[in-house]
Amino acid sequence: MNPTDPTSSGNEQRQQVARIADAVRRRVLEHTLKHNGGYLSQACSSAELLATLYLRIMRLGPSQAPLTPRPFAGVPAADNPHAFTGADYNGPKAPDLDRFIFSPVHYALVLYSLLIELGRLGPDALDAFNRDGSTVELIGAEHSPGHEVTAGSLAQAISQAGGIALARRLRGEPGRVWVFMSDGEFQEGQTWEAFAALTHHRIGNLGVYIDANAQQCDGAMDEVSTIEPLAERLRAFGAEVHEVDGHDSDALTAAAEGFGNGDRPLAVIARTDPCRGIERMRERAPKLHYVRFKSDAEFKAYEQLLYKMRAQEASANAASHTASSQTTLGHTG
Amino acid sequence: MIETVTRPHRDNLVRWAAQRPEVLVLSADLTASCEADGFRDAYPQRFFSLGMAEQNMMGFAAGLAREGFFPYIHTFAVFITRRPYDQLAMSIAYPNLPVRMIGFLPGITTPGGVTHQAIDDVALMRVIPNMTILEAGDATDVESMLDVAQAVNGPVYVRQLRGEVPRLFPANAPLQFGQARVLSRGDDLCVLSSGICTEEAMRATAALAACGVSISHLHVSTLKPFDDPQISAAIAGARHGVIAMENHSIIGGLGAATAERMAEEGIGKRLIRIGLRDRYAHGASRDYLMREYGLDAMALVRAAEDLTGQPLEISEADLAAVRLGTLQAADKTEDL
Repeated sequence: MNPTDPTSSGNEQRQQVARIADAVRRRVLEHTLKHNGGYLSQACSSAELLATLYLRIMRLGPSQAPLTPRPFAGVPAADNPHAFTGADYNGPKAPDLDRFIFSPVHYALVLYSLLIELGRLGPDALDAFNRDGSTVELIGAEHSPGHEVTAGSLAQAISQAGGIALARRLRGEPGRVWVFMSDGEFQEGQTWEAFAALTHHRIGNLGVYIDANAQQCDGAMDEVSTIEPLAERLRAFGAEVHEVDGHDSDALTAAAEGFGNGDRPLAVIARTDPCRGIERMRERAPKLHYVRFKSDAEFKAYEQLLYKMRAQEASANAASHTASSQTTLGHTG
Repeated sequence: MIETVTRPHRDNLVRWAAQRPEVLVLSADLTASCEADGFRDAYPQRFFSLGMAEQNMMGFAAGLAREGFFPYIHTFAVFITRRPYDQLAMSIAYPNLPVRMIGFLPGITTPGGVTHQAIDDVALMRVIPNMTILEAGDATDVESMLDVAQAVNGPVYVRQLRGEVPRLFPANAPLQFGQARVLSRGDDLCVLSSGICTEEAMRATAALAACGVSISHLHVSTLKPFDDPQISAAIAGARHGVIAMENHSIIGGLGAATAERMAEEGIGKRLIRIGLRDRYAHGASRDYLMREYGLDAMALVRAAEDLTGQPLEISEADLAAVRLGTLQAADKTEDL
């Protein structure tokens, strides 16, 4: 597939995002069933957002990394020339290409699944997930596929991305830097320090997409510590702010239209549903951060859902192969 | 009377960076206070004011370093090592990025009080993997730091001096990475000193030598890695034991590193650690605090008496008589 094919219409791109997003949810659910645990709600909230970034927004070249994830080569150190980052899954570094900085790395399973669906990782890449000596870590590290910086201590990635964006501006590169963040990271003071610095230094080549699913580890964000009104706060800091339906690929794409030539950072608040596509999860609210099944009955119910999703995917794929553009891909609820 | 150099880092930074376009300076609202104002004025395109936001500054430095630039962070040592510790450890040290952190106001060199006195910075930096730690003890050390730091493959923390700085060592004998400066040789005691304590120790060692005590005195500028074989040899050759003297807590700094080294190498001798004895300092002049907390020349004389077991008839007047240079009044009017 060629995600940046300029000849493909918006309609085709929208359908492609929907298909990929559904496949990401299905793959994360599969994994969660197999291991009785997973960051399932993050897949539900961010599937369209991450798929849209990769398919419709970011200008990335083809993956430079192997389909089978490399084993861990040791931590970075002066005497370890073998250490690497997982950035090469996002293509080569080139002046005109964009960069992707993945901040909430507990979404790693979602990113790995997306990379598989995009053909940037092989279909068996998740076999190495959370295995000793693997780079396909539970909480993504900078050596994990698709990752570039050390971000697990939340809100550190945006500052690092700011430094990268500033360096690119100093070198006169047209490529942009995109940061994927979770809304919980806006509780950290560092995020606001970063926005203050980005706007003060007029860094207009850095865009942030925020998965605003309103959930965090302890529960609903407005119960734990609210960050609202987020859009007003970001505007007050000087960012260009868009607030969109995070499951609407067209709206997500439109927010980035023409971005990269101005002098303000972009913040796109993607309002998302942490149960989208897996309605059954709503009964767990407000504790959605990590899903572990509580009974056989619950396990079986999710298993049935997986079979249903697989069947829908198969028929959708068949339909897309017959070149019929009239499918029901978006419907999973 | 020894020479005193005014703001050696300020001029050196401007001169040194002239032909190095990849060198950037990042500042957190303490630009002139950290002698980076000359760089700012000379190379405004390479100077970035990031405000009082050190956590973000660490991340920006990391991103710039990943892209091939060499960020030189300038702020007070406490605002490098305490406030943004997680950012420093995760964004900079873990990826082994070549960020150089120039930390000013080490220990009790400032009357700014407990919030401005970095008494634990060496300890905090030592436990961070990939980190290199350097400390200046005179103007020649100060002027050596940029070359030495730049040659390190990884992050570097520099305990830097500012303002009026004595030149204890010849200007044409720059600091050598990983090598202590041997200031005297002897076989009664080994004295290891760092930072501003070296000048103080030199007063005491001169008076002790006059009393017939033979001393190996080494000035340590590379605190991590701490593997200079000269140090082991000097310790092994000291009949009565070892004194480590530093402008820092006795926990986690030079004295602690010395103790670890002696234990691992099986050198069974006594060690006296001169430093802040697990106690915070407070706002007062450097001279006052050095005396109050026992970081001065007389503290070293007392330690020598303890180790040799002989009372030495050395008075404050004797120490004043061997004064190496005029200690300038601490910068009471500094911008804090």
